[in-house]
Amino acid sequence: MDVKITISEAVKKYGDFVAIPDLSLEIHPGEFFTLLGPSGCGKTTLLRMIAGFNSIEGGKFYFGDRLINDFNPAKRNIGMVFQNYAIFPHLTVRKNVAFGLKNKKLPKAQVMSKTEEMMSLMKIGEYADRLPEKLSGGQQQRVALARALAIEPEVLLMDEPLSNLDAKLRVEMRTVIKEIQNRLGITTVYVTHDQEEAMAVSDRIAVMNRGVILQIGTPKVLYQRPANKFVATFIGRTNLFNAVIRKHGDGMHIVFGNGYTVPMTNLINVEEGQNVIVSVRPEELVIVGNSSADKTNCLVGMVLYSTFLGLNTHYVVELENGLRVEIIQESQIDDIIENGTKIRMVVKVEKINVFTEDGKKTLVK
Amino acid sequence: MIKKVKIDFWVITTLILLGLYLLFMVYPLYKVVNQSVIDEETGRLTLRYFIKFFGQAYYSRTLLNSFKVATATCTISLILGVPLAYLYNMYEIKGRKLLQMLIILSSMSAPFIGAYAWVKLLGRAGVITVAIKAVTGITIPNIYGFNGILLVLSLKLFPLVFLYVSSAMKNLDNSLLEASVNMGVSGMKRFLTVVLPLCMPSILAAVLMVFMRAIADFGTPLMIGEGYTTFPVIIYNEYVGEVGTNHHFAAAIAVIAILITMLFFFVQRYLTNRNRFSMSAMNHVERKKSKPFASFFIHLYGYGLVAIALLPQVYLIYLSFRKTNPGGEVFQKGFSLDSYYHIFDRMGSAIWNTIRICGSALVLIIFLAILISYLTVRRRNFLNATIDTLSMVPYVIPGSVVGIALILAFNNRYIPLVGTATIIIVAMCIRRIPYTIRSSVAILSQIPLSIDEAAESLGAGKFKTLVKVTVPMMFNGIFAGAIMSWVTLITELSSSLLLYSFRTKTLNIAVYQAVGNGTDGRASALAAIVTVFTVLSLVLFNKISKDGEIMM
Repeated sequence: MDVKITISEAVKKYGDFVAIPDLSLEIHPGEFFTLLGPSGCGKTTLLRMIAGFNSIEGGKFYFGDRLINDFNPAKRNIGMVFQNYAIFPHLTVRKNVAFGLKNKKLPKAQVMSKTEEMMSLMKIGEYADRLPEKLSGGQQQRVALARALAIEPEVLLMDEPLSNLDAKLRVEMRTVIKEIQNRLGITTVYVTHDQEEAMAVSDRIAVMNRGVILQIGTPKVLYQRPANKFVATFIGRTNLFNAVIRKHGDGMHIVFGNGYTVPMTNLINVEEGQNVIVSVRPEELVIVGNSSADKTNCLVGMVLYSTFLGLNTHYVVELENGLRVEIIQESQIDDIIENGTKIRMVVKVEKINVFTEDGKKTLVK
Repeated sequence: MIKKVKIDFWVITTLILLGLYLLFMVYPLYKVVNQSVIDEETGRLTLRYFIKFFGQAYYSRTLLNSFKVATATCTISLILGVPLAYLYNMYEIKGRKLLQMLIILSSMSAPFIGAYAWVKLLGRAGVITVAIKAVTGITIPNIYGFNGILLVLSLKLFPLVFLYVSSAMKNLDNSLLEASVNMGVSGMKRFLTVVLPLCMPSILAAVLMVFMRAIADFGTPLMIGEGYTTFPVIIYNEYVGEVGTNHHFAAAIAVIAILITMLFFFVQRYLTNRNRFSMSAMNHVERKKSKPFASFFIHLYGYGLVAIALLPQVYLIYLSFRKTNPGGEVFQKGFSLDSYYHIFDRMGSAIWNTIRICGSALVLIIFLAILISYLTVRRRNFLNATIDTLSMVPYVIPGSVVGIALILAFNNRYIPLVGTATIIIVAMCIRRIPYTIRSSVAILSQIPLSIDEAAESLGAGKFKTLVKVTVPMMFNGIFAGAIMSWVTLITELSSSLLLYSFRTKTLNIAVYQAVGNGTDGRASALAAIVTVFTVLSLVLFNKISKDGEIMM
């Protein structure tokens, strides 16, 4: 029952406001696909277009090779999990889970066995005869998931399902969701604004902003090779530097403001003298010693303060030109570098990313 | 893509509802306005009825009288009701639930029955008047006229203030009160500067209700006014009075009445909009235990006020068991059940009529209110917004005007409804639906849209979602509201008095007639039966609305 979702040239308008100008997307069968972006980026709008709750102003939506544009939500065979769970408060847990099955006019015995199966899968069997208001947030989430999955939908849609849970439950539930999805292999579209959550559960992620998909990729690609400045800053933390491209001999180099020069082997479409933005994640900056050391081809700055977080220690460093950067270092057994200490840093060449001056395109292969 | 208007179930519902409102409300009101400006002799356009009203002090004074009664009633109801709500919500009171039920009960009878009982108690030959005279030799002040009307209406309507303000205070966040104490404002000052302003929207809503009821009531001035005439009384007299009726003139007065109430409605709207904010309490106010001395006065105030307000109903129940002469006019020594025998023997149909007519009206009201609220909340468009507005019009139309309008519209060959039960049911629906819609809309707005969407994504169609999910979720609130509607329907007088025929006489009209005939024993017994109905309904209400638990 794994189904491919194809969206081509989708348009969504609210009156004169264009929420999604032109969006195309392909979601593989059985894939856990996440729409990630800041609030108002159009991710929920797109999800609701797939679900059939939003009108479609243009474009085509397919499940497999069936065009679903004109199907009403009841006919799309989707399972949906809502941000506020939308559990029917007047029905017991069992009746909530059975609700969709009853609408399918299945034989009673089959409704009952499927309901029990889903409740035990989601580990809510012991609350079967309770009303939802007696359940905790995590339990309600399980009921919502069981209810959505009971109808054996072709597609599972989830709209920020974890945002109403506390931090610990959120981590626990995302594991549950990932496991269930893995086991059932159902094509899943998941919406969240939490990039860590997206990384944890997704096979692939589409990063959206202002109704446009900026990059689609696996969590690893998005983090290590972001396609533009927006993705680099939205996924994880990063330090941005202005730099210039210099050609020395055969190779291209990037030259930082203070003259620190780094030879690059993976740049494309760059030319001598081009202004670029360099994105260096906090763990891609390496402290090479204090000012008394003899190394000269490096960045120089002063530690403003540090935060010890057990596994890692974070340093906030002010460079000579006033720019503040963040460095994450695995915590050492010897002393934390004191505030006010002058330090020298280099970058991990193979990991850093380079963008055009406007931040819109990556210059790394 | 081209937007198509699909003719589905809901579009048809919209059109039917719109048709019903046009036929049963807009058209009748048009007939009233039309008749008020048509000369009865020449059939030409004229303003003579308006000129007559404002030209003769006898008529125009009634307008001022009505206004005075309504304003004074509002004031007294606020003075009685607001402190009661405050004490009720801020302090421990023994028998809270009972007290609240008694307060509601005291408002739940037709005002004219209260007026009638107060005449029996404090009138010229009233038991209290006579007793005080006998013991002290003092003649207590006259109860007839303005004072009497004010007494009856205030005691009847302060519970509305109590209920509205009380619900506002339930939404008051305790931390607001603690914050004000923290900043040095407490006690009386806190009540005036923090609590009262926070309750202002509810107070304004209560004022509108009290004002509308007081200005439209005509049973009370009729019974206890003795020459202090208000305009509903002359509308009634001009329409069905014994001498010199003038339907055109009655229509003109009706139009003036609507204008006055509309004016008040818009003033209230304006004030409410200036005071708009919403509250929802995270921490509810904790009721404090008061010191014994203060506690005594709190209980005295609460229960004392209720005792006075309930006195008429209690006294009538007492009278209903008194022995009377065979005609039922004069009470004799001792007790008997004769009044009841007589009623069940001769007027049993009134009980059946009440159940039949009010019951049908209730079912219709709930059905229509659910549809209309669903349309206005979930399927908002121009036509449905129009229905919403139309449904609110009866807020500002006195019951007697509704009665006249329906007679004018349906006293013809094509739709001959006058004299039927249908016309009374229509009148009841028109008058009661706005309240039921408001409460249904409030309940429905609380249900997140995603619940509907969840049902839909699980394969339930729109109609199935409504029946299986939305209505059951609204059920509790609707049912509680329905019981309240039921009580208002069985105590309705002002429009049914104009519309009833011998076949459609309800209990309340039977009471009115029995009072008119001077058969006091039977009147009290009938009134007692209405009270029993009311009490039973309230007990049921309390069972169902208990701590908001959903009961299926």
